[in-house]
Amino acid sequence: MTSEERKQLQLEAVKVREGILTATHGAKSGHPGGSLSAADMFTYLYFKEMRLDPKNPRWEDRDRFVLSKGHTAPGLYSALANRGFFPVEDLPTLRHIDSYLQGHPNMNTVPGVDMSTGSLGQGLSAAAGMAKGAKFLNKDVNVYSIVGDGELAEGQIWEATMFAAHYHLDNLCIIVDLNGLQIDGRTCDVMNTAPVDKKFEAFGCDVVTIDGHCFDDIEKAMEKFHANHGTGKPTAVLMTTVKGKGISYMENQAGWHGKAPNDDEYAQAMAELSAARSAIEEG
Amino acid sequence: MADVKKIATRDSYGNALKELGDEFDNVVVLDADLAGATKTGTFKKAHPDRFFDCGIQEANMVNVAAGLSTMGVVPFAATFAMFAAGRAYEQIRNTIGYPHLNVKIGATHGGISVGEDGASHQCCEDFALMRTIPGMTVMCPADDVEARAMVKAAYKMEGPCYMRFGRAATPVFHEEGFDFQIGKGEVLKDGKDVAIIANGIMVPEAIEAGKALAEAGIDAMVINMATIKPLDEELVLAAAKKCGRIVTVEEHNVIGGLGEAVCGFLSENYPVPVKRIGVNDEFGHSGPAAALLKAFGLCADNIVATTKAFLGK
Repeated sequence: MTSEERKQLQLEAVKVREGILTATHGAKSGHPGGSLSAADMFTYLYFKEMRLDPKNPRWEDRDRFVLSKGHTAPGLYSALANRGFFPVEDLPTLRHIDSYLQGHPNMNTVPGVDMSTGSLGQGLSAAAGMAKGAKFLNKDVNVYSIVGDGELAEGQIWEATMFAAHYHLDNLCIIVDLNGLQIDGRTCDVMNTAPVDKKFEAFGCDVVTIDGHCFDDIEKAMEKFHANHGTGKPTAVLMTTVKGKGISYMENQAGWHGKAPNDDEYAQAMAELSAARSAIEEG
Repeated sequence: MADVKKIATRDSYGNALKELGDEFDNVVVLDADLAGATKTGTFKKAHPDRFFDCGIQEANMVNVAAGLSTMGVVPFAATFAMFAAGRAYEQIRNTIGYPHLNVKIGATHGGISVGEDGASHQCCEDFALMRTIPGMTVMCPADDVEARAMVKAAYKMEGPCYMRFGRAATPVFHEEGFDFQIGKGEVLKDGKDVAIIANGIMVPEAIEAGKALAEAGIDAMVINMATIKPLDEELVLAAAKKCGRIVTVEEHNVIGGLGEAVCGFLSENYPVPVKRIGVNDEFGHSGPAAALLKAFGLCADNIVATTKAFLGK
């Protein structure tokens, strides 16, 4: 990608992160840590990768996205809002009793959400079903799904991956957010899922390992995904990330998995993101 | 009823799926390595390109069906009732029920008439589990004709539904062309002393019981309530008003099924005494289906005896 393109994506990612902070601060609850670790991927998918139309969220030939790690809804909502699916001003209503922004993604209330998720392990199966449906209907539709690394402990993830390989779903891109942390601590301590690459390889996927905060890396992974069309192999993008990425006091802290920033923390976070924006603009 | 034709409703399911597939290109069928038993193999043989075997992955299967339904096809997912309503309950609840997706779950081998496989495979909890999911339609047909009509009605309705079919061959009593309607009960025999409300393979037993009770001077109304949810409240109310006493009969735990649906409605709207006949909160066990049904009191003789005692006669 050009340096200008990279810069634009980085600036969009700052906005997506601001939306995550604003939403969880407004909700006084929610999951900022894993939303921030996947924020660059959300940005790339919604601003460069996916074929979609914010004015026609149900366009039937659009690419599909399923947030299997549904608790990081603030990240998805912020990307959708910034992409124009609904007003950014609505983000602070997240989790409020009169808001359409449910705590976990709801496909019937939030424009742009392709599948209701939240119960871990299930989203990837639904994504595989969409990919199978697209193949069956001879539609050129790609399906992307972000899975958490803690979520890999769910047996259903491996059922879905086995299914995807068995049915040659090379239109399915499984993205694993390897931020290394989950509610109870480090993933390697709570339930070790390593080696993740060998597991996905053994289950029949083409595995690409990247830095989930590097847009050039993400681009290369997506090029590999497109190159895999016709091979019959699903693509597993394993992205190494930092939980809480971009907010100094949240980075690599399991405690920020499911906790909202208070007013002071919110102000500091927004100041840090503002500084990050200036740094990007100054190039 | 020795001369009556008997067909298992799982056979009806397979045949109806095949016919639906003949007529509509958007019907797809999923199974979890049980196509021979659930009879989706009948569909598979006719439409192999639209049959997706998921292997022994019931949880994945129902959520794959959820994803498929959003692409504009109508998936029917099949496995045994135990592994659909039971094992995959939460997958159905969260990824089919909550988004109200157009997925049809056709589960076979419901109840203790599964027979020799024993308690691990005899699901007597499926009505209860599925009834508690908002927006879920729950049905159980009484014979071959009704089962086939139900599958076709399920295709035509929008939204999720759960259908339970049986393993054992049961008498066919409906005429071909029977007009099945989701949410509508069927009065098979009018009466005034007591109303027997049954579903599934208990309906032929209730019909037999109705005849025996008539010989004993008890005029029983007999109702086939194939749709457990939404319940035909109008018919239940009319039966309660006319008869004043209700007996429910189902091949299901007395907790949570048809009996409790009837009780729940009547207790709030027109309280009358109700006697529930079903599996009395216990597990099944191995044995021939017919012998098991007798042992558990799921037979005409017990319906007669229980009804007489209930009426004090």
